[in-house]
Amino acid sequence: MKHWLNQHTQALGLVLKRMRKNLLATLLMFIVMGVTLSLPGTLYVIVENLNRLAGSMQTDPQISLFLKLDADRSTAAAIGKKLDAHPSVRAHRFISKDTAWEQIQQDAETAAVSASLERNPLPDAYFVTPEILQPDEIEALQAELQQWEGVELAQLDTSWIKRLNALLQLGKKGILVLVALLGIALIVIIGNTIRLQILTQREEIEVSKLIGATDSFIRRPFLYAGTIYGLGGGLVAWLLLIGIIRLFNLSIADLAELYASGYRLDLPALETGIGIVAGTVLLSWLGSYIAVNRSLSQLNYK
Amino acid sequence: MIKFDQVNKRYPGSHQALQNISFEIEAGELVYVTGHSGAGKSTLLKLIAALERPTSGTVLINNQNISHLRSALVPYLRRKFGLVFQDHKLLYDRNCFDNVALPLHINGITGSEAGKRVRAALDKVGLLDKEKAMPITLSGGEQQRLAIARAVVSRPAILIADEPTGNLDATYAAEIMQLFHAFQQVGVTVIIATHDVREIKPHAKVLKLDHGHLTTLRGDQRTQETAA
Repeated sequence: MKHWLNQHTQALGLVLKRMRKNLLATLLMFIVMGVTLSLPGTLYVIVENLNRLAGSMQTDPQISLFLKLDADRSTAAAIGKKLDAHPSVRAHRFISKDTAWEQIQQDAETAAVSASLERNPLPDAYFVTPEILQPDEIEALQAELQQWEGVELAQLDTSWIKRLNALLQLGKKGILVLVALLGIALIVIIGNTIRLQILTQREEIEVSKLIGATDSFIRRPFLYAGTIYGLGGGLVAWLLLIGIIRLFNLSIADLAELYASGYRLDLPALETGIGIVAGTVLLSWLGSYIAVNRSLSQLNYK
Repeated sequence: MIKFDQVNKRYPGSHQALQNISFEIEAGELVYVTGHSGAGKSTLLKLIAALERPTSGTVLINNQNISHLRSALVPYLRRKFGLVFQDHKLLYDRNCFDNVALPLHINGITGSEAGKRVRAALDKVGLLDKEKAMPITLSGGEQQRLAIARAVVSRPAILIADEPTGNLDATYAAEIMQLFHAFQQVGVTVIIATHDVREIKPHAKVLKLDHGHLTTLRGDQRTQETAA
């Protein structure tokens, strides 16, 4: 156990000493990795925030049922009865064309427009809150209502949210692809860096191998180097991410104020940060492992 | 201790480096491997030190057949040997102390225990005052002595040297040979490849190679009979 610990502290000490000696190169490596990773990280945070925003708006989908202009009171009442009886309808609210007209005339902003109109152009309308929340079921309900006699248009108010959701799905897929590509890039970057280090220490590796070093003895410092690069790169990515979100929030605060909203991008959760760092460490470890094993296989006892 | 039985070694795409080699080395012997350059001296040493696998035949080290040794166990076998190479194979990015400490680190020995043993080894080869010096500042003879210190620091039972005096003038060469003899006298098996027959001590065993064949053996009647 003590022997095992000795081997590890020795390897780690060696790596840290070398990194201190090449401090600039090491820091540059951290930054390269951090910048690479902060790109998908930032996108992730933005999509995640939009997702949350869309989620909070989706709670109350509504179908606006506009009746035909020539529909009379009895048709409207019949539709009201049918809505009462419909199992998928939780609530509905009737706004007659006169009420709507009055509201428009009272509203200072639209009064000017309405004043120029000779007669009421508005139809009677029902605002239907469905019992169900599944998007496709609501759509089916909308299609059904559209077929009813006297209905001009059944409009699903959530359609823009659906479009946003579809976009967010696309965004998530995009991030996934980006993460995969940059992950591969990261493995290659680390692999190449470690390969160069192996080249500069080729003599040491050869001699060590000749006098009885095991593969794991030789591999160990390089794996530690890879892991430290991953740790540093992940932390830089995390810091960059927080910096970027804060920067965005400065502008978003101004924008939100114009919409009388206190909306802010939420900073990513701590778990996300730990995930980023852990993922980077894992990828770097993998990159170094591949690089060292390639070199070792060329030196093996045949 | 070391036994070769009808050992052949052929490098891929090359000539037969060693053909049908059989001999035996007892513990504590002083053995010279001689022959012209390209006769297979280095190959023979590499087979003993488990740096190469024989193409056919058996190589026994302490009754262990290393021809079939699993690759993962090879490093542990190599630690039983102290190796001195013709080109020293010193690491020029670290000082003398760290060079000698390398085998100990590989064995997981660090700290004051390692320091004691490194200094003892440096003392044996007369370089104790040079422990902080970088190898590049040493003379050829001193570098070779440093390499010997590295070879003996983990107190191996077998010391193998490939042309240890190849690049040295006569005075330095004699010093180095003196060192090897001293180790043999305290019970270490010493195997030295050399093309310079003047160095050979009369009581030593000699394996003479010629184009991959073992031609003469001196000092071991039994093996000589089987070879003939």
